[in-house]
Amino acid sequence: MIHVSKLVKAFGRRPVLRGVDLDVPAGQSVALFGPNGAGKTTLIRIIAGLSKLTAGRVTLGGQDIQRSGDGLRRYIGVVSHNPLVYDSLTAEENLQFFGRIYDVPELEPRLKTVLEQVGLTARRKDVVRTFSRGMIQRLAIARAILHDPPILLLDEPDTGLDQQAADMLRTLLADLGSGDRTVLLTTHNLERGIEWADRALILNGGRICFDAPTAGLSGAEFRRIYSDVVGG
Amino acid sequence: MSFLRKVLAIVWKDVRAELRTKDILSSMLVFAGLSVLIFQFAFDLRADNVRLVLPGVLWIAVTFAGVLGLNRSFILEQDRGCMEGLLLAPMDRSAIYFGKLIGNLLFIAVVELLLLPLMSVLFNVSLLSPTLVLVLALGTLGYAAVGTLFAALSINTRAREVMLPILLFPVMIPVFVAGVQAVSGLLDGDTLADIAKWIRLLLAYDGIFIAAAMILFDYVVEE
Repeated sequence: MIHVSKLVKAFGRRPVLRGVDLDVPAGQSVALFGPNGAGKTTLIRIIAGLSKLTAGRVTLGGQDIQRSGDGLRRYIGVVSHNPLVYDSLTAEENLQFFGRIYDVPELEPRLKTVLEQVGLTARRKDVVRTFSRGMIQRLAIARAILHDPPILLLDEPDTGLDQQAADMLRTLLADLGSGDRTVLLTTHNLERGIEWADRALILNGGRICFDAPTAGLSGAEFRRIYSDVVGG
Repeated sequence: MSFLRKVLAIVWKDVRAELRTKDILSSMLVFAGLSVLIFQFAFDLRADNVRLVLPGVLWIAVTFAGVLGLNRSFILEQDRGCMEGLLLAPMDRSAIYFGKLIGNLLFIAVVELLLLPLMSVLFNVSLLSPTLVLVLALGTLGYAAVGTLFAALSINTRAREVMLPILLFPVMIPVFVAGVQAVSGLLDGDTLADIAKWIRLLLAYDGIFIAAAMILFDYVVEE
């Protein structure tokens, strides 16, 4: 579903990604780990079409992101560091707006379903600026899945969440990751990441240095591997 | 139709947010009202004929108040990374430009609607003629067209409040010249035919800059 080949990204003369190769088949959940500055967010932004690549190729469902039109963005849902929702609108108004610009058919029933899925039905009429960090993150997830995208890109979705909100997010991601949806997520929480995903990658110095399935991999074992790879 | 629906969705979102916060309109209205009052006091003392300064005062008030609105409309998109949310949507990015342009036009038009009667009373001159409203509408369209593009450009700079007028005002000179000349003519009793050359200049400016902004907007918002 996601195919990245010899991807290079440089900001000026400073290379961030130095030839990343990655294949994520449909329905797989992949957790991408790495220290700050490793290029995780840059990789997510390039796949999402928010950032231009310097060299290489990225295809989604066989379509080249550089050559395909605006329509390809319909296949992607993104949860980034920022929630990408409007503070001065209610949860419902935010989703109505994003539903309209994504041409979501039968928006009202879909909106109801998504709000129930993220547990915000009771707060649908409340303005976002009154929400807690965890609630805003749940609304950000609702926005990302509203158009039912086959690919979900989650850039540190657990940042700033307390344990309770993180548990709720884990349950939500388990639901979202089931079926044919392809999920690529980044996180600094090693245990949580391998619990959420089918496969773990470590990105360091702009290259993928570790790639293995998470089945049978314990948190302690992965922590040791991570330290060896990253050198921390 | 899909393009138009998305443009209108962006306008709806901006109007909805503004009706709730009143951030943009309140700052624009207070600024425009205060600047007209200050000009009225200043010129009442020095100018024998307010008709000489009135067109300039009108355009200065609209322009300066407009800068506040243009900046605020993109700050809304910057909070919580909302601009990225728009860029991720499966639509031609010119839809974002037209949505923001129409929203900005609406907010400036509301300020103008309140400014004209206020200035008519303060300066004791009737400014509520259809021809004057036409001139103002054409000038405002050009102003909002360029202002929306430059507001998108300057929003990611450190000194965005300063950057927008520095970029915008030099490009706006043809609009100010045509607008001031046309309003002056109308206050002196000229007909629509007499000010036709200024109207043509405003129409040409609007056409050229809307087309250019539509093409350039994608590059402006790109990383």
